[in-house]
Amino acid sequence: MMNREFSLQLLHDMLLVRRSEEAIARHYPQQQMRCPVHLSIGQEAAAVGICAALTHQDQAVSTHRSHAHYLAKGGDLDALIAELHGKATGCCGGRGGSMHLSDRRVGFLASTAIVGNSIPVGVGMALSQQLKRSQAVTCVFLGDGAVEEGVFYEAANFAAVRRLPVLFACENNRYSVYAGLEKRQPAGRKLTALAEGIGLRAWEVDGNDVEAVAELTADVVASLRDGAGPAFIEMPTYRWLEHCGHADDDHLGYRPEGELAAWQARDPLMAMLARIQPDAAWLAATESVLAQRIDAAFQRALAAPYPSPASAFDGIYASPLQEND
Amino acid sequence: MARIHAAQAIHDALHLAMAADPGVVCYGLGIDDPKRIFGTTAGLQEAFGAERVFDMPTAENAMTGIGIGAALGGMRPVMCHQRLDFFLLAMDQLVNNAAKWRYTFGEGHKVPLTLRLILGRGWGQGPTHSQNLQAWFAHVPGLKVVMPASAADAKGLLLSAIFDDDPVVFLEHRWIHAAIGEVPDGDVRVPIGKAATVREGDALTIVAMSYLVAEAHHACRALEQAGVYCELIDLRTIKPLDMATIRASVARTGRLLVLDSGFATGSVAGEIIARIAMDDWSLLRAAPQRLAAPDCPEPTSYGLTRQFYTEAGDIVRAAGKMLGLSQLPLEALPPARTHHDVPGDWFTGPF
Repeated sequence: MMNREFSLQLLHDMLLVRRSEEAIARHYPQQQMRCPVHLSIGQEAAAVGICAALTHQDQAVSTHRSHAHYLAKGGDLDALIAELHGKATGCCGGRGGSMHLSDRRVGFLASTAIVGNSIPVGVGMALSQQLKRSQAVTCVFLGDGAVEEGVFYEAANFAAVRRLPVLFACENNRYSVYAGLEKRQPAGRKLTALAEGIGLRAWEVDGNDVEAVAELTADVVASLRDGAGPAFIEMPTYRWLEHCGHADDDHLGYRPEGELAAWQARDPLMAMLARIQPDAAWLAATESVLAQRIDAAFQRALAAPYPSPASAFDGIYASPLQEND
Repeated sequence: MARIHAAQAIHDALHLAMAADPGVVCYGLGIDDPKRIFGTTAGLQEAFGAERVFDMPTAENAMTGIGIGAALGGMRPVMCHQRLDFFLLAMDQLVNNAAKWRYTFGEGHKVPLTLRLILGRGWGQGPTHSQNLQAWFAHVPGLKVVMPASAADAKGLLLSAIFDDDPVVFLEHRWIHAAIGEVPDGDVRVPIGKAATVREGDALTIVAMSYLVAEAHHACRALEQAGVYCELIDLRTIKPLDMATIRASVARTGRLLVLDSGFATGSVAGEIIARIAMDDWSLLRAAPQRLAAPDCPEPTSYGLTRQFYTEAGDIVRAAGKMLGLSQLPLEALPPARTHHDVPGDWFTGPF
């Protein structure tokens, strides 16, 4: 049984992610966020539960669907919303958009857009942590689709060879865009067995149960700090909205009828609310503060300037090319 | 100053860099095996330990990404590949991550990663052990690309690459490993982005890279026997191109011949010629020319490769055509190698 303060923090962070994603979905049709967005509604518990076990010294990398990971790791909300608007105040100054987020002050190294592409970068970060005798660890967020990329095996294998302090946090939402798991992997496969086959220590936990994820992750991260070697946590969960965009896409018929409804009945946020029964005044105040923060983030993003067109050509190199024209 | 081979110079640069900075790590297939990557990594693991110098899983793509992540974590990784062609498995990490990271994520992110890619030639290297893809790498914003031709530049450019804060592709021709030259002692770096004028002349500007600089030297010496003095520019860096040095030379000679070890279409030679033609048309007294690899995979057979490569004789013929020479001093060239497919009779394979 967790202490109540911690449980309330988990609930708060899930509310932050859910309300932020809802606001993004609500504002998206206004055409001010002119980049693809991949929303995490339905998957908040995995992000929040994992990040609750990490400090700001610990590093995380993520995927195209990374708003939840960024926010759960402590990333700046204003900078996220501004980034979606392509503004100079965005976390990447408008260069990355939704699929490239970073906030190094809180150890959110980066998210990248190509499936599987940030996995080895996270493992390399863990190598640097080991070489520096750091106590910090790295969390690599990935999905079930990325487990099909060769780079996952390559990187996980090296992590096992060197016993690197890396956690592979796998959100299995069963779909790679519109392709269900049954089209992509043989029936009966366990991702945890596959991970164990490469030499990772592996667990499965309900990805819609934030407390279960947080409890397991706390133990696993402690073992990583003790040098127990890389770990893999599979978290079955479900994406409610369309793969890319703000709307519902269930009418396209790529998911079995009733599947979404069944998962929505297992809403990770409602489950947590039901379990810890927060004080009504606490909940109202929390919702109110979050609504104000989110509303302010959108107002600031809209008011912020775009970066100047000429600045598009700056900063390609850390030590600039000595163009000898 | 010491008179050493380029392979020894590369070895010396690695030892110097690892001694100077504990963040330098060095890895690649075969780095600690009995052959030590043509001797270039000899003694490295013994001197700096298996944690910083290590062989790797056969996983080019992830290991490149791991280098990127380690670089972001404060290391200066040096990754070695005995042939460039294997590194093609890592293009996602190179192009989508290494090259883009700094631009996308901004200050506070830097990727000081060095990729040593060795280019094969001859001895049946064939279609997939011999590619000179410098133009590919130069095409991608965010990468720097160097290509030494001499022992001194091999050391000086490798040191610059390792201590540069951006990803640098270090293209190391197998045949320059045997190039002997005077190499400065200690941490003497050759700046990235500066070409070298290695012969002076006023008849024709010849721009070359990597091993072709050696063939060009032979051609220039022969042409000098006929009283024709060519200016020879060793590019040294492919990205960024040192156009100022090339332009200043073309202003004196009015003629430009570019030698490129890569395939002709989309080549670095084409880029140089385009820039001179667009920006400096009035300097030209003749149409610029290039000698590049044919747009054809390299065959393996001793028989099929006889005329595949740009040799000194080809350069003399191209120069003669551009200069309208009635007599070509081909007899002044050094005697042909016994076998066209090796850098010298001392080379007996296997790669």
